[in-house]
Amino acid sequence: MLKKIRVILAALCFIAITLLFLDFTGTLHGWLGWLAKIQFLPAVLALNVAVIIGLLVLTILFGRVYCSVICPLGVFQDVVANISRKGKKGKYSYSKELKLLRYGIWVLFVIALVAGVNAFVALLAPYSAWGRIVNNLLAPVYQWGNNLLAYLAERKGSYAFYTKEVWLKSLPVFLVAVATLVALVILAWKNGRTYCNTICPVGTTLSFFSRFAMFRPVIDPDKCKGCHGCEKHCKAACIDSSRKKIDYSRCVDCFNCIDSCKFGAIKYRFAWTRPAVPAATPATDKAVADKTAVENGRRAFLIGSAVALTGLGLKAQEITEEADTTAFEKENEGGFATIIPKKVPQRSTPLTPFGSESLKKFRNHCTACQLCVSVCPNGVLRPSKDPARFMQPEMSFERGYCRPECVKCSEVCPTRAILKITPEEKTTWKVGTAAVDYDLCIVAKGEVEECGNCARHCPVGAIKMVRKDPDETAEHPVRIPTVNEAKCIGCGACENLCPARPISAITVSGCEVHHTV
Amino acid sequence: MKKIDRREFLKKTGEGAAAVGAVALAASCAPKKTAENLAAGSGEKGPDVLETGKMELRTNPGNGDKVSLLGYGCMRFTMKKDADGNDIIDQDNVNELIDYALAHGVNYFDTSPVYLQGQSEEAVGIALSRHPRNDYFIATKMSNFWSNDRSVAMKLYQDSFKYLKTDYIDYYLLHSLGRGGAEGFKARFEDNGVMDFLLAEREKGKIRQLGLSFHGNQEQFDQIMALHEKYHWDFVQIQMNYFDWKHADGKRNVNAEYLYQELDKRGIPIVIMEPLQGGRLANPVEGVVTMLKEHDPEASNASWAFKFVGSYPRILTVLSGMVYKEHLEDNLRTFMDFKPLSEAELSFLCDECAGIIANFPTVDCNDCKYCMPCPYGIDIPGIFKHYNSCVNGGLIAQSKDQEDYMKLRKAYLVSYDRAIPTLRQANHCVHCKQCVSKCPQSIAIPHELSRIDRYVEKLKQNTL
Repeated sequence: MLKKIRVILAALCFIAITLLFLDFTGTLHGWLGWLAKIQFLPAVLALNVAVIIGLLVLTILFGRVYCSVICPLGVFQDVVANISRKGKKGKYSYSKELKLLRYGIWVLFVIALVAGVNAFVALLAPYSAWGRIVNNLLAPVYQWGNNLLAYLAERKGSYAFYTKEVWLKSLPVFLVAVATLVALVILAWKNGRTYCNTICPVGTTLSFFSRFAMFRPVIDPDKCKGCHGCEKHCKAACIDSSRKKIDYSRCVDCFNCIDSCKFGAIKYRFAWTRPAVPAATPATDKAVADKTAVENGRRAFLIGSAVALTGLGLKAQEITEEADTTAFEKENEGGFATIIPKKVPQRSTPLTPFGSESLKKFRNHCTACQLCVSVCPNGVLRPSKDPARFMQPEMSFERGYCRPECVKCSEVCPTRAILKITPEEKTTWKVGTAAVDYDLCIVAKGEVEECGNCARHCPVGAIKMVRKDPDETAEHPVRIPTVNEAKCIGCGACENLCPARPISAITVSGCEVHHTV
Repeated sequence: MKKIDRREFLKKTGEGAAAVGAVALAASCAPKKTAENLAAGSGEKGPDVLETGKMELRTNPGNGDKVSLLGYGCMRFTMKKDADGNDIIDQDNVNELIDYALAHGVNYFDTSPVYLQGQSEEAVGIALSRHPRNDYFIATKMSNFWSNDRSVAMKLYQDSFKYLKTDYIDYYLLHSLGRGGAEGFKARFEDNGVMDFLLAEREKGKIRQLGLSFHGNQEQFDQIMALHEKYHWDFVQIQMNYFDWKHADGKRNVNAEYLYQELDKRGIPIVIMEPLQGGRLANPVEGVVTMLKEHDPEASNASWAFKFVGSYPRILTVLSGMVYKEHLEDNLRTFMDFKPLSEAELSFLCDECAGIIANFPTVDCNDCKYCMPCPYGIDIPGIFKHYNSCVNGGLIAQSKDQEDYMKLRKAYLVSYDRAIPTLRQANHCVHCKQCVSKCPQSIAIPHELSRIDRYVEKLKQNTL
């Protein structure tokens, strides 16, 4: 019964939170956005005391149900483990807690968190890892499915679905997602919750509380016949059935043991009498781990190749987009001119989203979960390749610009790295400043007499067209763009719509500290 | 055993299915006949005009040519991709259409060296050369727009013979006169000696009839007409349709009524282009469709426009760019056993219907693609076509407070992205104005693109 409830709740949470990363329309966030906000690390980064206390109290009361229900990465491992276990019952066995590794990683994690080494933090954080996997590997599939529907809708004259451009936002982050997925699948396939109980810093943090849980599975030594059935079903490998002891620091309250005990010897009950201390057992784990690694080589290779193929598919998609051009023959009518794809310009300071307040604050609060990248409808946000901000989103305007009416990233951010803003507030915040490179500007170069496309599209009127030659007295003098830096907010409309290619003649660099204009 | 190949079989079954469909359609929605129709027809379905009818022929008073009133405009054909991904004309399709047209009496084919990215002449040459040369008249043009250099003109002229596989051209036009004014004419044809050359070619019979096509305003037309004394235009091609008859804007272009009367006065045979105003009269605003269908439930929108121009006696031929078989068939039904419209019907079109159309903010783009390729990659005709279809379909929102605003907003934005790749949309126009001089309709293209872009921005930002 308890297991059933756990499975149903976990499935709901898992599907809902995955959909958050897939739904590029942003409609689900109104309903389910809170699921991202109750994730442990985002709550810590957001200094959301209520959620942190709530989760800790939950753990003290009922054990690590967070790991079995709320954490999408945990549930994902259960799914993998469940598939691997099909047909071969009772494959798990008790293993000793790998204390050095577990607490070592935890200490490193805390140090990294405090020191702001966010790449390490984001790499290990379970919610971020899941976000990356979904955003990089599952979202393209989802979007291709959507595009198929859009194609059909178009044939039927319906506007229910529209095409979403699928593009590879960052190859390094894509590879990190692939590597994370491969590692997780191997670990979960062989030994269930190894990641959660040895690596996951959130799991370790919760374990400090779960060992004192008020309710927990307890073995009744009188009823236990020593059949080891519970141990064989324990994917956390935390039941030492020979000694009739459970390591509550690692138990994730999956309740598999309760259902598996034929003698009713395990009960989930009030147990605030004395904490059970895990007993030490001889160290044979290393040999087991080595064997596992070898056996998993082949599988890892297969999974790796499959994922790499998906990657290639994405890359191919990117190339065909760029190749969308036709020949240019001056004397004839019709046809299209080649459009050279834009390249990312040099930015003296990176651009972080509106609402992120400052580069430093953003760096310290962002958990690199890719939720904002998933919902950005303008192709602006993408994970950074810069080691100092690795995987954290940054803005660039080759595909679109940060449109004045859109505040989607600020609505979804679970860590308050991007604070909630309104479209009205957005036009008063300055996140960067545009600057013109007159060596590239087609009017300054004398390629055309008139352009002003940047000025026409600046949502705050920060671009001033001035006479190229101040002494010019003609009625329609040649005019070049200049930036009124006091008004410019750094949205990138000018950069995106500048006709100069591949590098725009007007480009935006970020402000280290955002401020009002 | 009789062998039927797969294609033949599919064609036959397809025709069968279409016939069954057509009968079912006719039976299910038998129209309520107007008094006029009843008077004209027996009320019963007679023999198919495509099998029994005769193409209306007009005689060129200049040389006695019997020209079909329906002329084949070769500016638009279906395109396909070649191995390198370039657009090429689907030659099989062109052959099929031209064979069918010839078989039904169409004998005037109008092309130009620049049409369809320069591929039209060759495709037409391939299709026509499969038939006896005296079964058809070829019209092509001197399209020396981008250079006044004599060598450019000579190359174009000689290439026309090569591509069209002929040693004489029946109707040769100075392409798109008018907008350059008298000065432009002088530079393009007189100063470089091209005009003298062409006159000599006419003397030699290499050019049987020498004429021109006109786009421009009244003053520019008068300038061209003044040259008639000197050069004797054998024919003139003008833009005429029931909208432009009286509703041309006067600045950029001139009422077709004026053009017609001036040419009629001088006895110059007239060839009609843009009888559908670039296809827009085939799909006019909803209100006009209702009026047309109420008048004759069975007639296509386009047939009204063709009948309008065909009803004027000085018209030698009416050009129609027929891309699909159904266009060709529909036009053949109009021009075989042709019945001119009555005075009342002419007025119904050029006064009532055109009056309604004039009140809609469509862009007068005929999708001729002379402006293309835009150096900045913008799909100019595509943007206008999409916008016009939304205007005509009543899909333009007036204010964000109106009841169906969100629906209209979504419809416009989604269909815009579907019709035009984002990089080719109006917001990328830099106002370089290169297109402006190329537009035969003298549309202020950058201005119109900005107007559409502002509308899109307002929709996106919800500030309409």
